[in-house]
Amino acid sequence: MPTEILRLPLAPAGEATERPIAIAIVAMGGQGGGVLTGWIVALAEAAGWVAQSTSVPGVAQRTGATIYYVEMMPTRDGRKPVLAQMPTPGDVDVVLASEFMEAGRSILRGIVTPGRTTLIASDHRALSIGEKSAPGEGIADSGVVHEAIGATARARIVFDMNALAVANGSVISSALFGALAGSGVLPFAREAYHAVIAADGKGVAASIRTFDAAFARAAGEEAPPPPSAAASPEPALFDAHCGPLASRLIERLPPGVHAMARAGLAKVVDFQDPAYGREYCGLLEQLHTVDLAAGGAGRDHVFTREAAKYLAQAMAYDDIVRVADLKTRSGRHARIAAEVNAAPGTLLQTTEYMHPRLEEVAGILPAPLADWLMHRPRLFRAIDRRISKGRRVRTYSVGWFLALYAVAGLRRLRRGSLRHREEVAHRDAWLALATRLVATDYALGVEVLRCRRLVKGYSDTHARGLSKFDRVIATIETLAGRNDAADWASRLRETAVRDGEDKDLDGLIRTIGSFAGAAGAA
Amino acid sequence: MAERSFAREVEHLRLGAGEEFRGEAILAITKGLLQAGVAYVGGYQGSPISHLMDVLADAQDILGELGVNFQSSANESTAAAMLSASVMYPLRGAVAWKSTVGTNVASDALANLASGGVTGGAMVIIGEDYGEGSSIMQERTHAFAMKSQMWLLDPRPDHACIVDLIEKGFQLSEASNTPVMLEVRVRTCHMHGAFVCKDNVAPAFTLEDALAQPKRDLDRIVLPPAAYAHEHEKIAQRLPAAIAFVRDNRLNEWFGPEEDSDGPPPVGIVLQGGMYNNVIRALQYLGLSDAYGNTRVPLYVLNVTYPLVDSEVVAFAKGKQAILMVEEGQPDYLEQAINTIANRQGLTTRVRGKDVLPMAGDYSLQAILAGIDAFLATEAPRLLGNRPPLPTARPVLDLPVVKRLRETVPARPPGLCTGCPERPIFAAMKLVDQERGAHHVSADIGCHLFSILPPFNIGNTTMGFGLGGASAAAFGRKTTGKRSIAVMGDGGFWHNGLTSGIGNAVFNKHDGVFLIVDNFYSSATGGQDILSSRASNASRKTNNPIAKAVAGIGATWIREVDRTYDVGRMKAVLTEALTTPEEGPKVIIASSECMLNKQRRVKPQVAKAIKNGARVVKERFGVDEDVCTGDHACIRLSGCPSLSVKQLDDPLRDDPVVTIDNTCVGCGNCGEVSEAAVLCPSFYRADVIHNPTWWDRARARVAMGLITYLQARRDRARPLAGAA
Repeated sequence: MPTEILRLPLAPAGEATERPIAIAIVAMGGQGGGVLTGWIVALAEAAGWVAQSTSVPGVAQRTGATIYYVEMMPTRDGRKPVLAQMPTPGDVDVVLASEFMEAGRSILRGIVTPGRTTLIASDHRALSIGEKSAPGEGIADSGVVHEAIGATARARIVFDMNALAVANGSVISSALFGALAGSGVLPFAREAYHAVIAADGKGVAASIRTFDAAFARAAGEEAPPPPSAAASPEPALFDAHCGPLASRLIERLPPGVHAMARAGLAKVVDFQDPAYGREYCGLLEQLHTVDLAAGGAGRDHVFTREAAKYLAQAMAYDDIVRVADLKTRSGRHARIAAEVNAAPGTLLQTTEYMHPRLEEVAGILPAPLADWLMHRPRLFRAIDRRISKGRRVRTYSVGWFLALYAVAGLRRLRRGSLRHREEVAHRDAWLALATRLVATDYALGVEVLRCRRLVKGYSDTHARGLSKFDRVIATIETLAGRNDAADWASRLRETAVRDGEDKDLDGLIRTIGSFAGAAGAA
Repeated sequence: MAERSFAREVEHLRLGAGEEFRGEAILAITKGLLQAGVAYVGGYQGSPISHLMDVLADAQDILGELGVNFQSSANESTAAAMLSASVMYPLRGAVAWKSTVGTNVASDALANLASGGVTGGAMVIIGEDYGEGSSIMQERTHAFAMKSQMWLLDPRPDHACIVDLIEKGFQLSEASNTPVMLEVRVRTCHMHGAFVCKDNVAPAFTLEDALAQPKRDLDRIVLPPAAYAHEHEKIAQRLPAAIAFVRDNRLNEWFGPEEDSDGPPPVGIVLQGGMYNNVIRALQYLGLSDAYGNTRVPLYVLNVTYPLVDSEVVAFAKGKQAILMVEEGQPDYLEQAINTIANRQGLTTRVRGKDVLPMAGDYSLQAILAGIDAFLATEAPRLLGNRPPLPTARPVLDLPVVKRLRETVPARPPGLCTGCPERPIFAAMKLVDQERGAHHVSADIGCHLFSILPPFNIGNTTMGFGLGGASAAAFGRKTTGKRSIAVMGDGGFWHNGLTSGIGNAVFNKHDGVFLIVDNFYSSATGGQDILSSRASNASRKTNNPIAKAVAGIGATWIREVDRTYDVGRMKAVLTEALTTPEEGPKVIIASSECMLNKQRRVKPQVAKAIKNGARVVKERFGVDEDVCTGDHACIRLSGCPSLSVKQLDDPLRDDPVVTIDNTCVGCGNCGEVSEAAVLCPSFYRADVIHNPTWWDRARARVAMGLITYLQARRDRARPLAGAA
């Protein structure tokens, strides 16, 4: 820029500061952003202002991110203002976000700035497809959005407007409208907002109720509801068989492990029987000894705690007995009725979508018999053809319930079954490796325990999980002895948890193979 | 129609002189057409034009009273050809479509129309889908106007201005015997505003008049030697007539001072009408305009961007040191044209434009602001004064926490709706791919194109609406390896896919698989009826099955799947199509109703039935959270919006489990997929029986009695180890 400009003694030529009120609404397709936009326009027009809204629905119509933009201003001497058709970064008065990551996205668009913007956002999450489809925990960190809002918004009104709307029988647009009114940014009376909702003529009472509740929250008239008192899970109840086991764990393990060990014990006993719980206690105590020998006392007994968690997972594997048991438990019918809001006077039936294969059925057979069958592939396939097909199971009909109930009763056979033999072998190999590695590299031993997280699912999914686990474990073995082995192991596991198609995992294994010198890439 | 009512919007069309219209610009345009006395309207739906089509389709009464014929055209080419009614007769007609895609399809008919010229006013409403949020390739309609010699109107985004230009546009068309285009950008189409109405006008000369007295004039038909004469006529007569009309009726506009306190302003801005609002805002930021459009920089607003009026350009540029051309999109046709004018007239005025403004892409306010700022800084720095601070988000975007946010916020691609019948089709395709390896898939335009995005990631190319089949043509030879799969929707099929895809494949003995996704409507554009729609429609003939059309054109291997949610069958049919030794195209028609439209139709009926005491079974799905292991394989095969994940309050579990929310419509896809893919038994379907019969009750009482007894028995035997 030529320097003469800076020296000019001129004032700004016009009234640059006299600008319309600018409101951006960021939403997902199908969330009612258009309704809210219409209400805001109607509100301004009812006050005699000129209001203009625009939107670009495009392909965002189905669940994609979308943005609506409103400008409003009074006329002056009969002259109408010229209103812009898109928000200008740094010059937006209010941003309304109907979902929390969309609030984050609005910050990235530059339309939330400290000098100007009141951010009104619902902090509930509608997960994106990427977050949902990770084969594990893939949910984005809302904390980052909170932090960014703190640093970028002039004022903020953030609470779960979706929950508030649902509690009041309406949808989120009513809550956002109420929060906008409560923010006091617009110079319109509360009654004017009510009038707009009433004129819409659909679900008016519920909308007004939601509006008022949100208004009260936004205007600070009402404190947020106290967080539900489910902070610490209640200690499990144990009967005469299990009580001594629980006490034994508490005696022999450090306090930091107690909660996890009790939960683990409860899970294992629930899965099988108290004797199985005793096995759990024994294994856990052994691992604790290993932990102490490796210097676990100075490391908060992380190894024992992780063992308490993942050993329980490994022992309570998913088989048809467990599934049948869970599906036939008392309380399930009532729980589902509550979940689907079944009204009084209605009847509830459920249909399970099951597809058992002979592999699963054979798994519960006594191991010798199952072995015999497995060695006769033609017979196996012939039987499988009979068994393997999709079955629609009417859970709460007499016939099907009895069948499921009987399968759930097979738990007595479980410890002699083929599946159990395989699970035990796999478990022992895993624990042996962790035990071996923790002695020389504490963190790496812990990582091996944590890899158990990769084994999950049924049928093919389970097989894929197992193979993923095996590949990760094999790669970890090649890393043993390196200083950064635990970091790599952690990265391997996190990658495996996030990547549904295994492409990233395979890449990482190849990378590790290139420097660890072993054929890690299976 | 898809059971959706536009009654409220239709009432807007009845407003009379002096009454104020308030609403979307695309509706204002619809009203403007009736005020201009059109005799016929046609077009093809697609954002941002759909609303115009929907409202007219529901406005048969009003159209009937005015004697206006409204057609939902088979495609844009059909719509353009319809304008031929204005060639011989003084009939005003308008058609509408999404551009540039629609203009591409229509260009053959448009070129013929423009060559012979028109007697009655002929107008194409162009929904210019350009810039942010656009769903199509980024090109300009401007080139079509220039190459065929059609006049291009680009009104200032203001309802009154747009509606006025519709009427003036028809007059311009008649005065110059040339069809005109009225270009309205997406944001403008969806813009809420107001204007004062005039009465609707019934056409003075009617379609019946034309049919009663057919007229034939060989000079107006595109045949040599008339065609040669047309080109000269365009230049010698029609263009000068148009320029005279634009000039005399002052279709373009001027704003800002002619004289400043220091004499004539040193600079000015020439802009497309559509850019006006944002240019004013940019000037305001620079302190050079107020919010009401009082600008200190002279503006020459081109409400007609083709043809340019040389004398106006010269008058505006003369005496100015420099002018800035604000022209969105590439190439810089207008800037070149103005340079040519300036050069021919020997002007010394510098013409600036895309040297300070972006050559390509959306002219966002930031882009315009930066461009004008740079222009003034070099050409007229005194105007900028001491420069008020400009709005910017730079400091915010540079904050470390915001940079971290950039890595956190997930992409949110659009996807199929809850319960969409196309989801199980692509789940089945994915399962087939898992068994047989990936296939080359020619995708098409429509909802099914979302298959290209996560979680399906299916589809290799997309070439244009209805061209899914045609774009697999190269892969048609019989091979021993894998076959190609071409996908098209019912909308695309009737748009042109029957001939360009299936007919072509039959004739050339194409060996591939052709999958037609039939959801009973043109769904992606808003659920309009098409030939194969199953609903009855008083003013259209529906219920013409795709299978009959396909068989009629000569296909022999045809399989119909009447319930796409049957993933197992879908998978089996696909596998058969990919492996059968039969020659020729393998055509699969997968049909289930668009769930968005079905819900709109069925929901009120169900609510009413329940209220009236009828036995109704409502279905939805759920997940047993203690059975779900948190692998999410089901989501990777579905992506249903009602299918989500939640973190459990269980210290033993790391990964969130799948959950189904209350928006579930019970389509059954998740259950079918988990069954077909042998995934896991966590899904259940909950059937809630409203108003059960005595037999329902009795059966339930017996069953639940036994079940409760058995459960209690087992609970007593269960070791008490707390709530696991």
